[in-house]
Amino acid sequence: MSQITKEEIRQPENLVYKKTELLTDNPLSYCPGCGHGTAHRVVMEVIDEMGIQEQTIGIAPVGCSVLAYEFMNVDMQQAAHGRAPALATAVKRLMPEKFVFTYQGDGDLAAIGTAETIHACNRGENIVIIFINNGIYGMTGGQMAPTTLPGMKSSTSPYGRDVALMGNPLKITELIAQLPGTLYVTRQAVHTPAAVRRAKRAVRKAFENQKLNKGLSFVEIVSNCNSGWKMTPNQSNEWMVENMFPFYPLGDIKVND
Amino acid sequence: MRELKLMKGNEAFAEAAIRAGADGYFGYPITPQSEVMEYLMAEKPHERTGMVVLQAESEVAAINMVYGGASCGKRVLTSSSSPGISLKQEGISYIAGAELPCLILNVVRAGPGLGTIQPAQSDYFQATKGGGHGDYRMIVLAPSSVQEMADFASLGFDLAFKYRNPVMILSDGAIGQMMEKVELDEQITRLTEAEIIKNTPWATTGKTKDRERNIITSLDLDSAKMELHNIHLQEKYRQIEENETRFETIQCDDADYLIIAYGTSARISQKAVDLLRAQGIKVGLLRPITLFPFPSKPIAELANRVKGILTVEMSAGQMIEDVRLAVGCKVKAEHFGRMGGIIPSPTQVVEAMHQKIIGG
Repeated sequence: MSQITKEEIRQPENLVYKKTELLTDNPLSYCPGCGHGTAHRVVMEVIDEMGIQEQTIGIAPVGCSVLAYEFMNVDMQQAAHGRAPALATAVKRLMPEKFVFTYQGDGDLAAIGTAETIHACNRGENIVIIFINNGIYGMTGGQMAPTTLPGMKSSTSPYGRDVALMGNPLKITELIAQLPGTLYVTRQAVHTPAAVRRAKRAVRKAFENQKLNKGLSFVEIVSNCNSGWKMTPNQSNEWMVENMFPFYPLGDIKVND
Repeated sequence: MRELKLMKGNEAFAEAAIRAGADGYFGYPITPQSEVMEYLMAEKPHERTGMVVLQAESEVAAINMVYGGASCGKRVLTSSSSPGISLKQEGISYIAGAELPCLILNVVRAGPGLGTIQPAQSDYFQATKGGGHGDYRMIVLAPSSVQEMADFASLGFDLAFKYRNPVMILSDGAIGQMMEKVELDEQITRLTEAEIIKNTPWATTGKTKDRERNIITSLDLDSAKMELHNIHLQEKYRQIEENETRFETIQCDDADYLIIAYGTSARISQKAVDLLRAQGIKVGLLRPITLFPFPSKPIAELANRVKGILTVEMSAGQMIEDVRLAVGCKVKAEHFGRMGGIIPSPTQVVEAMHQKIIGG
């Protein structure tokens, strides 16, 4: 078999994909196989394609994506744990012509930041919230999250989540869809090319909604955490399809136009 | 031409903030400072100047809204009282770490815990020594009149932006609630986006092609870089100590004894100085206007000339620790105070001076 060199592969006629310039060249801090990188790409491609880089301000959370500002090539603020929607509220109200989004994980958004999340959604702030739900605290080493499934093992539920002792997983996205301040609430995934395309359409719709000034758009992305779940990337995606999706079904939950 | 009005301290602060060109206020109700947001809502500053006023769901959310607004180079502020300020400590630490300018008013009430709604000065340690986690300082201004409640709004913004640092106005329930005449500055025009980009090039206003993205963060996982950041912060605080120490001296030139007090206690102590002088005792008053930076040098100099120093605080004695650090062992320095929302009377201060300093 003949050897193909890098240079040969990089010929223009072979170019079928190019990384958006809205992702920096910094190496991602995420574990190989994690969905964060794809979710980052989806959000940044939408901002790139809409041509709104100069008007966009992003808010990074605390958790695995605490360093999102290292990878997203837009002006970014790094919030205290759970407070991103409060920062975004002020940014959008003080600069209504800008596009403002938060990027948060489940511990950040659905545990410590529940109040900020609910109230920003209920006020109908004209922002986009991107919510990565992998059912675990990844950054701190795999502890139980508000979205950890019943029976699911984590470092703080080593025998599985016992709902009688530890409470039920919080379906915060369904809860948020009930609030009059939300315009668009959807749940997506990024584990297959088809899912990535659907997720990208959802993120695009969310950012387009900001122009309407009619309320908040909330995009949950159910994702894997192969490290925290102690699986290979492929196993974790299969486990996600079999276990996470039945509990957190994909698709639009609320669409107001 | 300054406008003369009769106002509560809290209202004067709110009006002065509008006039100082504030872009946004984010707050949560708590006695005895609720008049700040009530006044702002009634005044509709959005129609007057375009200023945003928002009632947040909590003190925690309010200070984080301030973080978000300050990150955009906007002139933003919040106000609260002691229990609410405790809730804000996380956000204040992040604001100090990320070097963001903002204004925080604390209309202090007695604690600990829910305490009471009456005035106190028991948040001195929290305001001047950090309060939240990590090595940081706020610039702390202590008004002793309704006039200073107004004046410190624009001074506070100026200092906050000069040093990219949070500024706290440490008032108390008496100054916030009492009415006095106040001269108000003329309206300053709010900055345009172009002016903000010019004045605060670090702000997150949207990444344009001519610059790298702006990042507001207090995080650096590299300890060596984090130490350098801390060294930079400490250098800034030394610079603030060098340049911004403010205080007032009253009848100190011939004084044999000295009272040191700020805020409401300074008002009471001024009356006590008059009563003591009527008894033939030469007493002066030093009133710190900035609590950080603390006027240690003038206190140390006065300690060379006086026979004794009494600090008067509505607390168990907090500022006395800074006074004693400044005085060393040169002269006796004692604390007199009331707690739990009780305001001492001038005659009680006179008695304390006799018992603890002159006769002690």
